[in-house]
Amino acid sequence: MDTREKDIEKLKDYKYGFTTDIENIKAPKGLNEDVIKFISKIKKEPQWMLDFRLKAYERLKLLKEPNWQKPKYPKIDYQDLYYYSAPKSMKDKPKSLDELDPKLLETYKKLGIPLQEQARLNGIAVDAVFDSVSVATTFKGELTKHGIIFCSISEAIQKYPDLVKKYLGTVIPVTDHFFATLNSAVFTDGSFVYIPEGVKCPMELSTYFRINASQTGQFERTLIIADKGSYVSYLEGCTAPMRDENQLHAANVELIALDDAEIKYSTVQNWYPGDENGKGGIYNFVTKRGLCKGKNSKISWTQVETGSAITWKYPSCILKGDNSIGEFYSIAITNNHQKADTGTKMIHLGKNTKSKIISKGISAGFSDMTYRGLVDINSKAKNSSNYTQCDSLLMGNKCGAHTVPYIKNKNFDSNIAHEATTSKISEEQLHYCQQRGLNSEEAVGLIVNGFCKEVLQQLPMEFAVEAQKLVGISLEGSVG
Amino acid sequence: MNEQLQLDFDKVIKTLKISEKEIQLKKSFLKKFIENGFPNRKQEDWRFLDISQIIKKNIGELSFFNDYSLPNKIDPSIFVDGLEHNKIIFINGRIEKIDFSYEDQSQIEINDEIGKNIKFNYENSLIDLNNAFTNKVYKILIKKNYSLKKPLIIYHSTNNKIKSKNLNLSLNFELEENSCLRLIDYFSDNTDKNFVNILYNFNLKKYSILKNYKLDKFRNKNLKYSFNNIEQEGNSISETFILSSGSDYFKNEVNCNLNGEYSSAFINGVFSLKENQQHEIRSTINHLVENTKSYQLIKSVLGKNSKSAYQGRIFVDSKAQKTDGYQLSKAILLDETSEFNAKPELEIYADDVKCSHGSASGSLNENSIFYLMSRGLNYQQSKELLINGFLLDVVEKITDSEIKNLVKNIIGLKE
Repeated sequence: MDTREKDIEKLKDYKYGFTTDIENIKAPKGLNEDVIKFISKIKKEPQWMLDFRLKAYERLKLLKEPNWQKPKYPKIDYQDLYYYSAPKSMKDKPKSLDELDPKLLETYKKLGIPLQEQARLNGIAVDAVFDSVSVATTFKGELTKHGIIFCSISEAIQKYPDLVKKYLGTVIPVTDHFFATLNSAVFTDGSFVYIPEGVKCPMELSTYFRINASQTGQFERTLIIADKGSYVSYLEGCTAPMRDENQLHAANVELIALDDAEIKYSTVQNWYPGDENGKGGIYNFVTKRGLCKGKNSKISWTQVETGSAITWKYPSCILKGDNSIGEFYSIAITNNHQKADTGTKMIHLGKNTKSKIISKGISAGFSDMTYRGLVDINSKAKNSSNYTQCDSLLMGNKCGAHTVPYIKNKNFDSNIAHEATTSKISEEQLHYCQQRGLNSEEAVGLIVNGFCKEVLQQLPMEFAVEAQKLVGISLEGSVG
Repeated sequence: MNEQLQLDFDKVIKTLKISEKEIQLKKSFLKKFIENGFPNRKQEDWRFLDISQIIKKNIGELSFFNDYSLPNKIDPSIFVDGLEHNKIIFINGRIEKIDFSYEDQSQIEINDEIGKNIKFNYENSLIDLNNAFTNKVYKILIKKNYSLKKPLIIYHSTNNKIKSKNLNLSLNFELEENSCLRLIDYFSDNTDKNFVNILYNFNLKKYSILKNYKLDKFRNKNLKYSFNNIEQEGNSISETFILSSGSDYFKNEVNCNLNGEYSSAFINGVFSLKENQQHEIRSTINHLVENTKSYQLIKSVLGKNSKSAYQGRIFVDSKAQKTDGYQLSKAILLDETSEFNAKPELEIYADDVKCSHGSASGSLNENSIFYLMSRGLNYQQSKELLINGFLLDVVEKITDSEIKNLVKNIIGLKE
């Protein structure tokens, strides 16, 4: 086999496993005040933003990395990471898509999101994040017409400082846990969405993420605000290039729903999971939290987690407003040596608040999967209710499936119901499918898709198709 | 506290006739306890009810030495009526009487095993405390093919001679092949503000049956902790029933290792709590081989300012295919100040298993109350009827009819 063939062979293993050769500007390695000042300066941030970062950094020095989680990982040397890297062509900001670095555009093509085409065909505004800086934002015109702000968070800090100042860090304070605080100190870019009062966002907003530079932790910060009576559906999807070193991804996502507003946040996560021996892969340590601040507000999280070496996240809802609703739909699939510790927190503070949790976990190979969730009904949250269902499916006896729900009911008017089951794909089901001409892998794909149906239904159309395929692909080679 | 511990420990050692090696062993337990102290909410197993805080708040300073040189008077009024039974009587932590008069004496062996501290791999400082301070550890052995004719009742009673004391008791049981023991722990207290720490070890050989009923019914202000470690061989059965209702604080832990095929474990529990009571059941069932079964049902009725917690863990080893594990916890909150916490946990490494858990909590169903009231009951009666029905469900799980009736009488449930 010559080298070229070998390269192609490698690519086959992971469809999106490629890197684009663009020179990067990097902040010097390591984490210190100077690096934070450097990031802030290069992004031309105002003083209050720098103060916010430094405050987080001060706090970070006091915090320890948590270690209660199920998947353990080798110690991360935070001084050995780059905290800022940007594609060079960003120095002179492109005015339109045509001005973009052709290599960048090529990368997106490989990812299956040619910006112009997709924007035109799907009617989706794409805010593509390449490494740490937003490259292009489309469909601005249409959105501006409705008064919707959809831009990178750096841009928002420049243009809408009042909004950012008012809401940034209100759901995930700088004094939160280690990774969230780390993000607050060094976040580089991310998305900002503001939906004005009474506006229903006419299209799905979508961001594709991509980690590119080697050894760059990606620290995204997303802030979505839905003002009174508004609605928005936000999609987030990610793939990452193949790498040997573990890469840290510690994003923060904050959602705020005011009176009568609704936010729907969908994620398809397919970061590089490491090879079949568990080497490499992304650490996905993300803090996602939504605040139902106003009355009758609603936040719904939907996630399909198939990638990453370690997934460790709990998209949560704080139900502060009366009559507010929180929902969490999740599919998590782990194969080979992947590990996942994921779930949600539903914190009921307001009256008549409702929450629903549907979690489907599938583990195969040597992987380990944990559902960890908290339902906390406060003594003031009268007449609240929660329903939780978490089902696990195991394939083989080398993998594990765990359920760790925490249930706290401090209100006698409220109801909590929790159910969990663990099972395997029965021989009868497989046999039935095979009799009808499916091979064993197709049969497993079909059964698993059925198992996940309740969650897949919650995804927007564009995602549902992709997610269904992903479910099948992720389990390849796990049976037989 | 540490100085007090060391002083009391030295006094205890003086009263014991044990070898130097055993003293060293006890010292190592004390050292471990001093290092770790009483468990607190930072430890995952204690996150719901923090014993360290509760001791501070309810008792203050504890002392650990008890003078066991003089016998206590046995008050026969504490005995259970209407049920012939064998007795072991603890008063203030001192064994006053062991009475197996209904049984064939040759089939039961009782040995003092103070030196043989049974060690199992468990990070728990209360067990270290128990191991360091127990002055007597009897081992009760039931011989092959022998079933006790009458149940054994262990009376745990305290009288007003003690205050702010820590009592440590420990018993070991071995059930040989095809033997059977019905064991009732019966708590009656005339004291308040003591901390009782009980450690039982059960070793169940093939085909043996253990039924353990823990009845804590009478209201008292003591704090109690009980740990049952149960090792089970093939085809053995263990049944644990916990009535958790009397003390200010009671945490029952059951750790059950299903080491042999076709062994099974059942844990059923009732919390019936009122003012300021805080009770917890924590169970760990380890399914370690194929074809084992476990079943757990825990129900709580929570009154004013009371708090109950249930932490149940089912562990299924990768070898333990065909496991059947079931867990259900339900709670009724009667007052706005009552609180229910649950952490039903599954940890599964085998694929051909049936495991499920459920948890539900809420208030009494108004529709049901309305139904009963429309049939002539008043509000209070309707509520009581519903609560009794709710709890009766668990009591009905008791497999021994004699004891089932006893428990029904104690709780005041009618058929």
